[in-house]
Amino acid sequence: MKFAVIQFPGSNCDQDCLRAINGLDGLSAEYVWHKETTLASFDAMVLPGGFAYGDYLRCGAIARFSPIMNEVVRAAKEGQLILGTCNGFQVLCEAGLLPGALVRNRGLRFVCDMVNLRIEVADSAFTHDCAQGTILRMPIAHGEGCYFADPETLRELNGNGQVMMRYCDVTGATTPESNPNGSIENIAGICNRDGNVFGLMPHPDRASDVRLGSADGAKIFLSMAETILAGRARAAA
Amino acid sequence: MMKAKVVVMPKAAVLDPQGAAVREAMRHLGMREVKNVRIGKYLEIDLERDDADVEARLHKLCRDLLSNPVIEDYQLVKE
Amino acid sequence: MPTADPAITPEIVEEHGLTPEEFARIKKILGREPNFTELGIFSVMWSEHCSYKNSRRELKKFPTSGPNILVKAGEENAGVVDIGDGWAIAFKIESHNHPSAIEPFQGAATGVGGIIRDIFTMGARPEFCLNSLRFGPITDPCSSRRVGGTSATAEDRRSQIATNRRLFLGVVSGIAHYGNCIGVPTIGGEIYFDESFEGNPLINVFCLGILRHEQLARGAARGVGNPVFYVGAETGRDGLAGAAFASRELTEESREDRPAVQVGDPFKEKLLLEACLELLATNAVAGIQDMGAAGLTCSTCETASRGGSGVEIDLSKVPKREPGMTPYEVLLSESQERMLIIAKRGKENILREIFAKWDVPCAEIGRVTDDGMMRVRDNGSVAAEIPAKPLAEEAPLYEREARRLTTESTQDTEVFKKIPVPSTSSVVESLKLLLADPTIASKNWVYRQYDHTVRTGAVVKPGSDAAVFYIREANKILAATTDCNSLYCAIDPREGGRIAVAEAARNLTCSGARPLAVTDNLNFGNPYKPENFWQLREAVEGMAEACRVFGTPVTGGNVSLYNESPAGVVDPTPTVAMVGLINEEKHITTQWFKNEGDVIILVGSPASDCSYNLGASRFLKVCFGKKIGPVPKLDIELEIAVQNAVRDLIRLGFVRSAHDCSEGGLAVAVTESCFNPDRLLGADIDLSACSGRRAGGEQDKTAGETPGSTAQMACAILFSEAQSRIVISCDPKNAGRVLSELKSNNVPHAQIGSVIRDDLRISVCDQKLNWQIAELHDLWWNAIRRAVESDSEPIPSL
Repeated sequence: MKFAVIQFPGSNCDQDCLRAINGLDGLSAEYVWHKETTLASFDAMVLPGGFAYGDYLRCGAIARFSPIMNEVVRAAKEGQLILGTCNGFQVLCEAGLLPGALVRNRGLRFVCDMVNLRIEVADSAFTHDCAQGTILRMPIAHGEGCYFADPETLRELNGNGQVMMRYCDVTGATTPESNPNGSIENIAGICNRDGNVFGLMPHPDRASDVRLGSADGAKIFLSMAETILAGRARAAA
Repeated sequence: MMKAKVVVMPKAAVLDPQGAAVREAMRHLGMREVKNVRIGKYLEIDLERDDADVEARLHKLCRDLLSNPVIEDYQLVKE
Repeated sequence: MPTADPAITPEIVEEHGLTPEEFARIKKILGREPNFTELGIFSVMWSEHCSYKNSRRELKKFPTSGPNILVKAGEENAGVVDIGDGWAIAFKIESHNHPSAIEPFQGAATGVGGIIRDIFTMGARPEFCLNSLRFGPITDPCSSRRVGGTSATAEDRRSQIATNRRLFLGVVSGIAHYGNCIGVPTIGGEIYFDESFEGNPLINVFCLGILRHEQLARGAARGVGNPVFYVGAETGRDGLAGAAFASRELTEESREDRPAVQVGDPFKEKLLLEACLELLATNAVAGIQDMGAAGLTCSTCETASRGGSGVEIDLSKVPKREPGMTPYEVLLSESQERMLIIAKRGKENILREIFAKWDVPCAEIGRVTDDGMMRVRDNGSVAAEIPAKPLAEEAPLYEREARRLTTESTQDTEVFKKIPVPSTSSVVESLKLLLADPTIASKNWVYRQYDHTVRTGAVVKPGSDAAVFYIREANKILAATTDCNSLYCAIDPREGGRIAVAEAARNLTCSGARPLAVTDNLNFGNPYKPENFWQLREAVEGMAEACRVFGTPVTGGNVSLYNESPAGVVDPTPTVAMVGLINEEKHITTQWFKNEGDVIILVGSPASDCSYNLGASRFLKVCFGKKIGPVPKLDIELEIAVQNAVRDLIRLGFVRSAHDCSEGGLAVAVTESCFNPDRLLGADIDLSACSGRRAGGEQDKTAGETPGSTAQMACAILFSEAQSRIVISCDPKNAGRVLSELKSNNVPHAQIGSVIRDDLRISVCDQKLNWQIAELHDLWWNAIRRAVESDSEPIPSL
């Protein structure tokens, strides 16, 4: 089971993602430099957090033109699993692989904190290790993580079960106080219509070790691995 | 009603990291003619009234609030 | 094309901050008159910032060697300390005070960039940053030393506080901007507010990196004929002569020193960092040096000097951002994110390929020579030619005149004559005021803006006694802290210096660590003023003494003098950054109580054993606006005994929490211990056994005669900042064992209470005091946010 961790110039969670994945049984990860043009030997890919191209112009705006993105788009169309965390989520939105956009936090300041996340879709390729309504704890660290989508897109997202997780309080209620950045409807992560591309602002890579206060993030990577194994089993059958 | 347009730009001698990164990206995307990019801010300000006093105070705010005179210049145009 | 440089006149020499004697020395070294470019080179290299000409003799008093020290102070950009198993750490603290006073955001940002560069220049991967910050007050205090005067009106005061807030916000945003983008977590440090820092904030940034012993890189130009590369950002007219700028007092005109403001590009530095570390992992580098203060000049002559060689460069090959730059400007520019690399001949292509991969500009600009000269060509013609060693290492050294600062001294026993008579209710109120004091209050509003979770090593959230970081690739746990009580140093710089070291070690001890080594940042005023120089000398001698006793050598650091604004000199601030090692994960200890029912023990002497001891306390400053009284005395033997005892108890697995008593004394230490980030707890504390017992059993007259004496006594016990005290908590079933261990080791201690559910009760001097923990927590948690963003939403804390 091999994950690609894409390194853009300015990515700074590439090492964290690699370590988190390599720390899980049966999973391994390798870096892929953004100037590469093939991802053929990988089962899944992760676009890590950071400040690709310094987040200049708009977060992810320049990174989406990196050579490797052609390959990411191709893989997405072929149904491969693609996970974008934080800056990776922003790149996926800029690249048009996910709808909506991430804009400046409501409070206008960078926010680094531990948040509670309510799982909205439990049978997805990325979350089937969690029951619906499960609350995961993961850190966030971003200045532009306020999710925005126009009303029509929002209706589609809700209608298709594409909203994967929302910011919530300890009881699971999606209150305004538990929304750290002003995201519309407390949205913390969404997937594409086909369910194989998932972007979230929180950091599963920073929540894969109990020493850091939570190992909930590992569930995302493990779910991906199980999905891939199931896919292989189906293909073999 | 009056409209004031304010453009805030990094001073010529001050490094503009954002502009430099965008310049490189534009070149990478084939726009080899790009020599330099500088990125600033553009503000449109609607005013109820316009006279010398308003203009003077607006200039003061351009210096104190809208721009950082240590690293930025501004231009104020009214129409 | 030769530029029309100004002729060298005495005025020009003076404008460059060089004395006639220094100019004579320059002529002697050169054997001729310098040209304008050479004069500029000498002026930056011989500025205080680069040469430490006024402080070096004092710095020699620090202990600098030890069994773990791989690179000693002054040898390289940063000291390097062995941590076992082939791993080492490189760390350093550096100031960016003056640039931040002028442009807080960029000043602080480039300060972060500079210290990170110092670390990866050593071949180390930067793992985390701390910062030690000092500003003018951001809240309206009831009084202050500069408000007392007749000149300051309330309106002036408000405007000054607004300015202080702007500086504070700018600096915090600048640190966040640079640190977050480059992906080095900021996980701790300290923030103080005091009138003395108005107009001249102190911004001291610390960075630590990890490396294998064999990765250690040196900043020396070795190997005659080896090519010299310039890598990183292009050179512009940024921060022209910033080093000289940092070596002057701030005046009203400083604001006009516009070119001295540098703009940082953390994205560019991230690429530079990765490219340099990738390159250093090859065998292609003979030497590497960052371009910090004095830019290309400093890196060229220092590498040549260290290598015992010469270096020749051609400025026409230096990548430039602006046209028409003169040699003077190119050499003295302080554009950020640049490095000088001496490659091994024949391996140039390795360097070129790596820098092309990372899209970082690189240019071969010269070579290593054997004639000991720093020779600068500009399109063939020689722009400067100076013997490298005298330039880099033979700046004049001065012993400045030192004169004891005579301040109005207040005896400890007289302290109560200077403040209103306390009552029970004022004692209760005092704790609330202290907790809401921005210096003591939680810094969560700040740390929330710093990415402290990147690199997945911050195993203790910012806010405990020391930052604790797990370095995954080395499987080592480090603890680090920065400490200095500027008020102590203002009143008694020697004792203040000793205490800064002791407190740093104490904070590491509380986190379960064994102290290893120190890097320090000496922030003082103009050394030509004898009182300022006396403070510097006293503080250094105090620190040096304590560093020897703790076995923590000084591995380097930074001296920042001329920290004065038109309003006066800053309180002297010799910031101590100390790093320690935690042997096992289970030894990691935090300051927060863990369970109801746990027993609370004070290790160290109860305050009342040593008279009032309220001198120089935060209590007097916050509640009465007084910076008076003698600084608490540090008994260094007792300190060592207390720290060893707590460390041993932690290793035995008996300690659930440990928190040292510092600003605000025992009461604040106990209250902060209740603020467990996962669940607020309370404490039931009985200090009645402490009252009545006095040093040597003497009766204090003042206490006996004043009607408020029991309340006075309560204040002294609760808020004294007597040193060498640590509040620990433990499982009740281990309490007996803990007490007997302390007793058998002859360490003074007292069982003072237990952890309860949700209020704080303290019995002291026949008074029963009571506070709701939720209310205290709210005051403490939200104080800074309330000060700077009065109307915004609260931050969820639990």
